[in-house]
Amino acid sequence: MKPPPVVYHGPDTVQEAVRLLAEHGGHAKVLAGGQSLVPMLNMRLTAPARLIDVNRLDELAYVRTDLEGVRVGALARHADVERATHAFEAVPLLRQAVRSVAHPTIRNRGTTVGSLVHADPCAEMPAVLLLLDGEVLLRSDRAGERVVKAADFFVGPMESACEEDELAIEAYFPRPKGRTGTDWRELSRRNGDYAMCGVGTSVRVDETGAVTSAKAAYIGMGPVPSVVDVTGADFSAAAEHAADQLDPEDDIHASAEYRRHLARVLTARSLKAAYEAVAP
Amino acid sequence: MNDKLVGQPLVRKEDPRLLRGDGRYLDDLGRGALAAAFVRSPVAHARITGIDVDEALDVEGLVAIYTHEDLPGRIAEPLPLLIPHPDLTHPRTPYCLANGEVNHVGEAVVMVVATDRYLAEDVAERIRVTYEDLPPVVGIDQARAGERLVHEDAPGNVAARSVQTNGKGEAHEAIASAPHRLALDLHIERSASMPMEGKGVLAHWDADDRTLRVHSSTQTSTSVRLAVAAKLELPPDRVEVITPDVGGGFGVKIVHPWPEEILVPWAAMTLGRDVKWVEDRREHFTSSAHERAQQQHVEVGFDEAGRLLGLSVEIWHDNGAYVPYGIIVPIVTSTQLLGPYKVGAYRVEFTSLYTNTVIVTPYRGAGRPQGVFAMERTMDAIAEYLGMDRLAVREANLIQPEEMPYDQGLVFQDGRPLIYDSGDYPTMLRMIRDLVGWDGFEAERAAAAAEGRRIGIGIGAYVEGTGMGPYEGAHVKVETTGEVVVSTGLTTQGQGHYTSLAQIAADVLGVGVGDVTVITGDTRRFKYAVGTFASRAIVTSGNAVAIAAAKVAEKAKRIAAAALGDGVAPEDLELVDGRVRRRADPATAIDLRTVAVLSNPLRYAFDEETKAATQFAAATATGEEPGLEATGYYMPERSTYAAGAHGVVVETDPETADIRILRYCVVHDCGVVVNPRIVEGQVHGGVAQGIGGALYERIVYDDAGQLVNASYMDFLIPFATEVPHIQTAHMVTASGLNPLGLKGAGEAGVIPTSAVVASAIEDAEGLAVRRMPISPSELYELRKARQARKEQVSA
Repeated sequence: MKPPPVVYHGPDTVQEAVRLLAEHGGHAKVLAGGQSLVPMLNMRLTAPARLIDVNRLDELAYVRTDLEGVRVGALARHADVERATHAFEAVPLLRQAVRSVAHPTIRNRGTTVGSLVHADPCAEMPAVLLLLDGEVLLRSDRAGERVVKAADFFVGPMESACEEDELAIEAYFPRPKGRTGTDWRELSRRNGDYAMCGVGTSVRVDETGAVTSAKAAYIGMGPVPSVVDVTGADFSAAAEHAADQLDPEDDIHASAEYRRHLARVLTARSLKAAYEAVAP
Repeated sequence: MNDKLVGQPLVRKEDPRLLRGDGRYLDDLGRGALAAAFVRSPVAHARITGIDVDEALDVEGLVAIYTHEDLPGRIAEPLPLLIPHPDLTHPRTPYCLANGEVNHVGEAVVMVVATDRYLAEDVAERIRVTYEDLPPVVGIDQARAGERLVHEDAPGNVAARSVQTNGKGEAHEAIASAPHRLALDLHIERSASMPMEGKGVLAHWDADDRTLRVHSSTQTSTSVRLAVAAKLELPPDRVEVITPDVGGGFGVKIVHPWPEEILVPWAAMTLGRDVKWVEDRREHFTSSAHERAQQQHVEVGFDEAGRLLGLSVEIWHDNGAYVPYGIIVPIVTSTQLLGPYKVGAYRVEFTSLYTNTVIVTPYRGAGRPQGVFAMERTMDAIAEYLGMDRLAVREANLIQPEEMPYDQGLVFQDGRPLIYDSGDYPTMLRMIRDLVGWDGFEAERAAAAAEGRRIGIGIGAYVEGTGMGPYEGAHVKVETTGEVVVSTGLTTQGQGHYTSLAQIAADVLGVGVGDVTVITGDTRRFKYAVGTFASRAIVTSGNAVAIAAAKVAEKAKRIAAAALGDGVAPEDLELVDGRVRRRADPATAIDLRTVAVLSNPLRYAFDEETKAATQFAAATATGEEPGLEATGYYMPERSTYAAGAHGVVVETDPETADIRILRYCVVHDCGVVVNPRIVEGQVHGGVAQGIGGALYERIVYDDAGQLVNASYMDFLIPFATEVPHIQTAHMVTASGLNPLGLKGAGEAGVIPTSAVVASAIEDAEGLAVRRMPISPSELYELRKARQARKEQVSA
């Protein structure tokens, strides 16, 4: 389990990184936290000719909160997102969900933006971005900067809208509108494992406590993270409805049918918790 | 007198070094050595039709490529059958490199040597091996069917078939005439030892000296030495094998010689360069060894009181593609299945079957978890059938203390009769009853139910044969500095031998534990040993250390008596606080280190100390061999039997079917305890592995014989977060078989865990658990099946 030969680049600026991607994009991989890429290299499951290591781009190591929401730079580690109290206060779902990302040692290295670009359908942060209607800022030599909506970003399993010559610069997680409660829960075989089923929910209520919007996002339940709008149903009916929309697969850890069952149970529990967080 | 050190929970002497990262493991050695990597079979069963190395030849750094055709002499022959047995009628062992046919994914086909491991893997990737597929045999069902064969000359895929009876009547008749009868079909799935450090070998050939020095991450350096010498056709004295720090063994590293343990030294000799191979995790999954997989059919006859009258067990054991370690695992299952119980007439038959999967060799517990699963599931089934308390059924069948020694009428894995030497099983069950809260559990269950929670309790017991022979030895020496050096041939891989063996030696020699240095696994220091496995080290080596140390103590008294003069006799003396002193007059004394100086009569003085031993000064005992040292061996006549009982409380989520362990309790009897802290740590580690086997760990092969979860991402070893607090209580029934009264403890924790967790889940859910491990998804399926049955009945 040693990687094949690879040419290493360690750019000092975003501009240089983007230029390297323009030159080598099709044959290069961006190395940030390396928590997925390095094992894949070692197992020779991927063999890029070049690695473009962005770990020197300190300018992207930020978690910023403003009136709009939370902006996470490409070099912010999951642990930075987890610890940023201002981010939690603005977008509680960030901390609620990031705590389920693997283990602390992995969160110390792995980056949130890297996880989004990697687009693993079992990963938490893509579903969070999707549930919050967030965005990803991309930059290339060819097209400059462009913003891609979460709904357009996750194209397929392990496939995002980030082109070969593009560097993901920042993820934007908008503040939930009005009185919105959120919740994240999942069931995994062991603590920190990929979830057999993971559910994030967002419930908005008016002053009387009536639900005006309810949505649930899922991981591990299909080729891409998915969001189901369950506004208008009571929570258990909503859970049934959502589970019916999902298309999980069997694997050695759980059957598809069990995963769908979990989706029902966890959705009902999660909607209730999200609701209770904001109900008057 | 010193307070005795044996029995004290001393902290482990080895830990500060290991915790600081100062351990020296195989891969820490051999900087600059050439690196080996292997091309391994990607298919489960095939004939090799071609090996093309052309593309690989221009990789810079390539040193050598070897296939089976390159191997000379005995190296080209199959690896040895380590433990032959009359019932093992069709033994097959692998070649170092596949000879025309591969029988499992991961079997070594080509060896590559290059200047580093990266380049060696680059070379391996470019070698093209072509295969003609043969139909793979995967799983016990397919092996039993016998329509496809792993080895053409092993009909029915049967390596061995073996029957034992206990001489207490014909089991089938006893069952047929019993008032009540039950039958159970049980399944245990594949798991594996999975030490954090895989295997590894480093070899250095000294062409001038014509000696070979091999470092191996093994559980038996002395046996690797003999195996390497035999294969390489060298006199054993030309081969030294050294075991550095070992990052876990759990059984897999007792197997030897691994192909790499032969090939790497051979390559070093052939190339005249140091060669190293370090197993990576994927190799460990597909090329080392697994265990556990069995199917069992149990038939039992019993009376109204739940007493067993007859027990018949059929076992189908998946032994993988080859049987280099013989049929030890199913023998252990067959014989240790009985646990602390009297079962009436017993018949057990096992069939050991070839499959196109990784070999199966002992993994901590070594067949016992499967046996205990069968016995304890049977006990629970009887209780359910009779409507009796589960503990009461067990109590009704216990061997009583006054029946000890108790002959189970079987032959154990060491070829000796299975006679329990001592034990108090009724007390053991009473203790676990109290510890786990058996009597108060219905109230606890009701309280949980009131909160909408579902909990269950499980209990089970086992007996474990430990400390088997043939022997272990030790050399004990008192240095002139006062340091005591204990060398033992057995290896150590986390058991705390540097501390526990030091406690034993220190007690005998009247020194502190800090004065004793223990050396393990280095054939340059001690050549005769068997190895560290089967919960045998403390029993065999512990007693050997005591015997050797006692010889040293006697010698010290003789030399000291002569030195003290004044008519002092050796028998007047005792060894206390680093001195040899007169019992009647402790002021008349001589330092043990001075005795060590005097033990070596000198012509030349090197310093003030040694001056005392020169010819015009010394008053040494005459006729003694020089050196305050001695060698001792302990050779047990048969195994000594440790025992234990576990109790567990689990919670199952009524909706998600998630399974959580709320409480885990252990009562443990390993005779006299040398170091309670170490024993407790061993039990904790064993329980953690047991929980892995009960709820998480499962090696999965697909129909094509591909191992689909060959990584730590998908082979689920429990984390600290999955292992609950473990409450332990010790009881001591000393063994009468050895001077120190010891029994082994290394495997204890893992043995009954699957059985008790299954019992507790059954109790929580009210449905039968017949297959382990069990996941939430599988519990969900069991619930659904029960629901379907109910609906069928009501329809």
